[in-house]
Parts: sequence; structure tokens; C-alpha cells
Amino acid sequence: MRPDEVPQENAPVLGGVRKAVYVVDQNGHYLIAQSGGDEAEVTVTEEAVAWFGRLAEDARQRALRGETSPLEYHMFRLRMDVPTLAQATGLWRWRVRRHLTPQGFAHLSPALLERYAEALGLSVAQIQSLG
Amino acid sequence: MPLSSSTQAITPIAFQHRQSAHCESGVISSLLHHEGIPLSEAMVFGLSASLSFAYIPLVKINQLPLIAYRMVPRFILKGMKHQLRLPLRFETFRSSSDGRQRLDELLARGRPVGLQSSVFFLPYFPENMRFHFNAHNLIAYGREGNEYLISDPVFNSPTRCALADLQRARFVRGALAPKGLLYHLDGPVPKVDHVPLLRGAIKKNCFMMLHVPLPFVGCSGIRLLARRVLKLPAKKDLIVRMQEEIGTGGAGFRFLYAAFLQECAVLLNNPRLQELSLELTAIGDEWREFALHAARMNKGRADLDLPLLHGLLKDLAEKETVFYKKLRKAV
Repeated sequence: MRPDEVPQENAPVLGGVRKAVYVVDQNGHYLIAQSGGDEAEVTVTEEAVAWFGRLAEDARQRALRGETSPLEYHMFRLRMDVPTLAQATGLWRWRVRRHLTPQGFAHLSPALLERYAEALGLSVAQIQSLG
Repeated sequence: MPLSSSTQAITPIAFQHRQSAHCESGVISSLLHHEGIPLSEAMVFGLSASLSFAYIPLVKINQLPLIAYRMVPRFILKGMKHQLRLPLRFETFRSSSDGRQRLDELLARGRPVGLQSSVFFLPYFPENMRFHFNAHNLIAYGREGNEYLISDPVFNSPTRCALADLQRARFVRGALAPKGLLYHLDGPVPKVDHVPLLRGAIKKNCFMMLHVPLPFVGCSGIRLLARRVLKLPAKKDLIVRMQEEIGTGGAGFRFLYAAFLQECAVLLNNPRLQELSLELTAIGDEWREFALHAARMNKGRADLDLPLLHGLLKDLAEKETVFYKKLRKAV
């Protein structure tokens, strides 16, 4: 990459962060330039954010209809999925999956609720509502 | 000395912040600069032989297979410790309050401290860059009230982080859990001449890319990925998304290693390495091109063309194989 090829997409998704990239000048010497984000980077970041956004919105709708628990909504909203949440709480995946259902969630002990709240960085009251 | 009051300020030390392309190499390079050992980020990356490729479909991150372009986290730190016989001390903690106390104690002694943390819980990261990646590296160099002074190599200037947030980020559970890991140079740094070590480091890296007998590592890993791409179902969002998601990206590490080879060319007085450095730069540019194609197809901005991606990857595998063979001969 040459200094004049340093990408400057300046997409809002990157929040104005300018990462360091290595470029080669005309004399073949390496130097560090500041990138405003290239197209691939911007696209995949947007894509990843949107992926979680879609899942969270879908979970929210289902939670409103009583088909799933608020926990599933918060999980996706905070960019986790079942394996990540299982690892962050130290529970088996099948248990997490069960706890995501309305019935499973209703039977959670205060200790387990606390554990989920802790892993998500929320309070117990927050994970019990769709707020 | 452990501090009794958590609001007491710790006089910040004069610490020179440097921005770098990769967090781990950036942190150790900055810590070494602070001790008067001016090794660049690229030098650190190359000396620890950290360039790699791995495609591990069994490990899924957000339901996508893991693709890595460098060695596992902490490989650079451990490599540098071993190569330069650094008094680099790693400490993890069972309790988060012990972890905080130890950090404060080291800062009060005027020592910059490297920390492993989650990206998600660091509020100074822009909202859309915060994912659950637990092996990010940064440096703390002081504390004012309830805020730590942070030198994070991803950013172009030093920043701050509230105590509660940093605690949370250092003590998340899950994959690659940091367990409050902190590391610092404990004691005088021996004067080790790194120039005689370069040859071995380059050879080691070539071996890793060419001859490790695992089908998903090195150049054979790229070939495996190329074959797998062809078989991808029409579910197109399975394509390479992880590649550039947070970190430095596939091309980024190639450029970093090329910068290292350039430094080697001067230090070892070997002009062949300068040529090879430019060759690796060209390979890095091709990785960028591959990422761009994949991203566009992923987004639906271009038609899904799996044979094209397959061709690009096969070509890259071929070029990298030839490249490392030439590199091994050159040193």
C-alpha cells in the first residue's frame, strides 16, 4: 500500500478512530500512516453490528409476544450469542438455551439471575425487563 | 505500597504513547521504549516470529469459523521474553480487588503496566467497535481519582478509563478470559543484542508457514480455506467476516512483517531482504483485495462469485509458499 492509497472512508461506524497502518513510500521505505478505515473493514463492522441488531430486534418482538425471555433480547443487544453467554457465565450451553425460553427464565434462581446480570453488565431488574 | 484510599491520585509517570497497528506488539514495544530499548513494533513482531495463518472451522466466533493471521494471543509477549531474556512478569488474580490493588501498587512505583482486557467493556472504544474479544492489550501508566491513564495502542493519543469499567474489562469470564492479567518489566533489562537473533526468528517463521504438519495452519491452511470457499452454501453471510472485524486484518500483519524484513535488510546488510519485503507488501495488497471482494459479495454489492474467491485464495497460497521458500534461502 502506498501513502496515497491509505483508505479514508471515514464511515460513522468507526467512530472517528484512525488506526495505524504500514505503508511504503516511493523509495520503498515503510512508514506508519493513519487510516480512516477501508471499505472491507467498514463493511464487515457494519455487517456485524447489523447482524446483532437484527437478532436483538427479532428477540424483542418475540419477547413482547411472550415467545421468548427478555434475556435473549439483552444477550443479542449486548453482542453475545449462546456460546459467548455460556462461556461468560460458566454454564452449559443447553442450560443457557433453556434459560432463554420464557418458562426456563421464570424458574431462574436469584443466584443464576445474578450470574447472568453480572455477565451482561446489567442489573437483575434490567435483564427481567425489555427496557 | 497498597493504597488505602481508592480516590488517591497516583502521580503519572512520563510515558510516551505510540500508536501501532497491532495491540500486543505495540504494548511490548512501548514498554521496551520506556526502558530505553528502542525496538519498533515491526521488530518485536518479527523477532517473536508471530506471523501466521490458521483456519479453524471447529472454533466458531459469532457462528463463523475462526481465521487468524498471527499466532495466538500472548505469543509475542512470551516470544520477546524468551528472545531478549526480559524480566517480564505475568500476574493473574483470583479476586478483582487483588488485581486492582496490585495494579495501583505497581503504578505507584512508577511502572507502566500492560493489561489484558475485553474490548466490549472499554467505554473509550467507539460503540460500534465494541465486541466480545477478551485478548486486547493496553498500558496503564497512572491514575487520577477514579480514572486510570491509559495508553491504548489502537488510538493515536492516550486516553482515560474509569476504575469500574477497567475492572470489568479485566475480569470478564469466557473465552480467552484475562483473569486480570497484568505484566510489567520487573527489574533491570539485560542488554541483549537482537541482531544475531533475527536469522533464527525468520527461519522459525518460515518453518511455521511451510512445514507445520497440520492442514489448517500456514500455507496449507490457506489452501484448505480456498477449497472450503468453493463448497460454501448459498448462505452468503458465512463468508469471511471475521477477517478484519476488530483487529489488524490479514493484510495488516503482512505489512507489519514486511516492515520487519526491511529493518532486517539494513541490520543484516542483506539487500535481498529489501526485495522480499516489497514482495510481501504485494502479497498484503492482494489480501486486501480479497477482503474487499468478500466484503462486497457479503453485502450484496457484488454478485456472489465463489470461484473468484477460490482463485484469489489459491493464488495467495501459492505466492506465500514461494515467498517463504525464498525467504528461508535468503537468510
